[in-house]
Amino acid sequence: MATINLKINGKAHSVDVEEDTPLLWVLRDHLGLVGTKYSCGIAQCGACTVHKNGDAIFSCVTPASSLTEDEITTIEGLSKNGDHPVQKAWAEVDVAQCGYCQAGQIMNASAFLKKNSAPSMEEIDEAMNRNICRCGTYHKIREAVAMAAKSN
Amino acid sequence: MATLTKTNRRDFLKIAGTTAGGLFIGFNWMSCDSPQMEALSTEEVLANAKNFNAFLSIAPSGDIVIYSPNPELGQNIKTSFPMVVAEELDADWNRVRVLQASLDTDKYERQLTGGSGAMPHSWERLRKAGATAKYLLVAAAAKKWEVPASELTTSEGVIYHVKSGKKMGYGDVANEASLLTAPEDVQLKDKKDFKIIGTPVKNVDSGDLFTGKPLFGLDFYREGMLHAMIQRPPFGMKIKAIDDAEVRKVAGVKDVVSFENSVAIVGTSTWPLMKAKKLLKVEYEPDGKVESSADHNQIFKDLLANGKAEVMREDGNVKAAFANAAQVVSAEYQCPFLSHSPMEPMNFFAHVQGDKAELIGPTQTPENARKTAADILGIPPENITMEISRLGGGFGRRLRADYVAEAVQVSKLMNAPVKVTWSREDDLTGGAYRPAVRYRFEAALDSDGNMTGYKLRGVGMNAGNSTRENNFPSGAVENLLIENINYESSITTNAWRAPITNFLAYAEQSFLDEVALAAQKDPVDFRLELMEKAKANPVGGELQYNVDRMIGVTKMAAEKSNWGKNPNVKQGFSVYFSHRTYVAQVADIEIENGTPSLKKIHVITDCGMVVNPTGANHQVRGGVVDGMGHAMYGNLTFEAGLPTQTNFDKYRLIRMKEVPAVDTYYVDSGYDPTGLGEPCLPPTGGAIANAIYSATQRRLRSQPFIEQEEFTDLNMTIKRA
Repeated sequence: MATINLKINGKAHSVDVEEDTPLLWVLRDHLGLVGTKYSCGIAQCGACTVHKNGDAIFSCVTPASSLTEDEITTIEGLSKNGDHPVQKAWAEVDVAQCGYCQAGQIMNASAFLKKNSAPSMEEIDEAMNRNICRCGTYHKIREAVAMAAKSN
Repeated sequence: MATLTKTNRRDFLKIAGTTAGGLFIGFNWMSCDSPQMEALSTEEVLANAKNFNAFLSIAPSGDIVIYSPNPELGQNIKTSFPMVVAEELDADWNRVRVLQASLDTDKYERQLTGGSGAMPHSWERLRKAGATAKYLLVAAAAKKWEVPASELTTSEGVIYHVKSGKKMGYGDVANEASLLTAPEDVQLKDKKDFKIIGTPVKNVDSGDLFTGKPLFGLDFYREGMLHAMIQRPPFGMKIKAIDDAEVRKVAGVKDVVSFENSVAIVGTSTWPLMKAKKLLKVEYEPDGKVESSADHNQIFKDLLANGKAEVMREDGNVKAAFANAAQVVSAEYQCPFLSHSPMEPMNFFAHVQGDKAELIGPTQTPENARKTAADILGIPPENITMEISRLGGGFGRRLRADYVAEAVQVSKLMNAPVKVTWSREDDLTGGAYRPAVRYRFEAALDSDGNMTGYKLRGVGMNAGNSTRENNFPSGAVENLLIENINYESSITTNAWRAPITNFLAYAEQSFLDEVALAAQKDPVDFRLELMEKAKANPVGGELQYNVDRMIGVTKMAAEKSNWGKNPNVKQGFSVYFSHRTYVAQVADIEIENGTPSLKKIHVITDCGMVVNPTGANHQVRGGVVDGMGHAMYGNLTFEAGLPTQTNFDKYRLIRMKEVPAVDTYYVDSGYDPTGLGEPCLPPTGGAIANAIYSATQRRLRSQPFIEQEEFTDLNMTIKRA
């Protein structure tokens, strides 16, 4: 067991876990931040996407102990009132079916748009290709990312 | 003109004032029985609420709450059902809140999600509930103002008396309305007066979903709760010996327990269990058939050739038709097992305490899940509470209660609250798949290219009836034989979105294309000829599908897709009727730099009236993406009773870049709404395969396409037009 200090959504947290514990399980099992989802556990589906210093990472394969110097942002901390431009676009386009993958999609899209504020549709497809939506909401995800880019 | 509709006095509606004031109505949301109603006092409602599964309350503040009893898994009924109630009620949609109700057989009946049947079952009763509430509110207002009810009008939650200029909100008369007797007849609106139905209404859970609120089963945590992960045996095997020595050394592992053929590793958090599970050594021995995919391929061949088949339907004289045929076309089609793979893996919380238990989690069949728990514990179901969380997808997998049973078993053994979590690997290897099926089709053509005979023999692995013997083209062919053989495999299967038809439609629609080609007829014209035949003189009497609606979607598909008009666009057509809904699709392929590029799929749907265009488009496109993804990529193969693909690196699901444009159109057929959760999936594979043939003369007879020799060197790209 090790004590790991993390900065998540602007707040300092300290957890006692095994050193190899992925950030995903620290968030979910130890800090009650369950908006970040488990689905594949091997960096294939993107449901667990969070920001590390603004970059999208797969929290399911990233040991929390490797993130002690970083600013972590989860879906709960993306905006105060759920009003980040990407969240607003997601609501406006009404993207969700079952909704399970959408927090990861939003975290990926928001990190992507920070780097590329005026993406082409091809660039949106490329960026969002790392997140799986089993319900097949891809058309709406694409539309929402484009809308969020415009509103920025 | 508004419809006058009769209601009976038994269990459709009960109305009463509540202690908190306001109007309180219980009604039956999903019952298959005919709608019935009764008015009772508050006490009686609460005491005898057994006959209802939904409640509508209108508070003195004017706020309206609809308790939604059915599990929501992305099909959006939590939004579309209340829309129907609110429409007839003339409510202000912004004042309507929807809450998920827990399983409560004291209050509700038939809480389940499956079969795309919710809307057709509930359409009329939802409308009557709203109309009855409105009737009572108006009657109460009329009494208060001492004017005839016929002089009052309603709009967005307000009652108006135009003559006197008076108006008041629903909340202002909710208490008075609750004292009135429910009417036996209520007037339903003329569809042309609908203001909410037919407009795009957003998902009621959007805000919570997009901010990461704990809505799903896997998000449930409770102080002191233990976590468990379970090792299940390969299919056809049983446990011989367990060596858990290394497992017990992992920090965070509390215990290892076994029940039936499963071993549960129990601990205080999830990650240590995932690590420990890899260290568990279980020796298995055969306990039945230990099968591999190679065995299945052989079994398919043997049974198609020599198996004893059950005749599902026989019309005319098939033997003579084939003996006299100018030409016979035959082909075989095969699909693999598939996993449901909802994004949220199976999970459930159970807390067994003596002769009582508490269950919380995602299930499509809460009552069945509770009964499963009651049987395990040997206690009455009434001693078990069941809270339904939102489902992170279902696709049929959560109709089963196997993972609920596991949570109950482990909680009982540990004497503690336990949440069982399946890893993705557990989800892919843990069973209950879409069955593998192989079909042989044969068609007899006369010298004019008319299909005079049709034979279908299906062999399925635990597929039950792998045919749909009364669906098209039955009724359109004079001499027809449909046979089925079910092979009892040790590999477990379960309903998978659009059961059977998810592959049968592809096989049949591809084969009909082969027959049209042999008959030298246009694929759409060939099908229309068959439909006209079925319409004019249905073979075998009344049809189970409505030919006019099938012709309607077919013709509209040809029109909207510009069928056959553009020589640069190679097209594939497919049409299928399932779950009461008619869907035709056309796939467009263009040749770019010498390789085929899939650009677009046109989808024409006749689901009767469209309740929520946003939700409908979701289901249509989602069904197409699902149908395409699994036809192209989905494959679950077996080696010695174990799936070879154990996670999304090998078990491929469709992604953003692999999705063509999907154009959606709806036929305004004037019928009441039918379900959309499944029917748009079945036609997609056939439309794509037929377009691939049209573009490349390569016929794909097996799924997934990417693993077929005929497909691999085509270098097909997918680009949105």
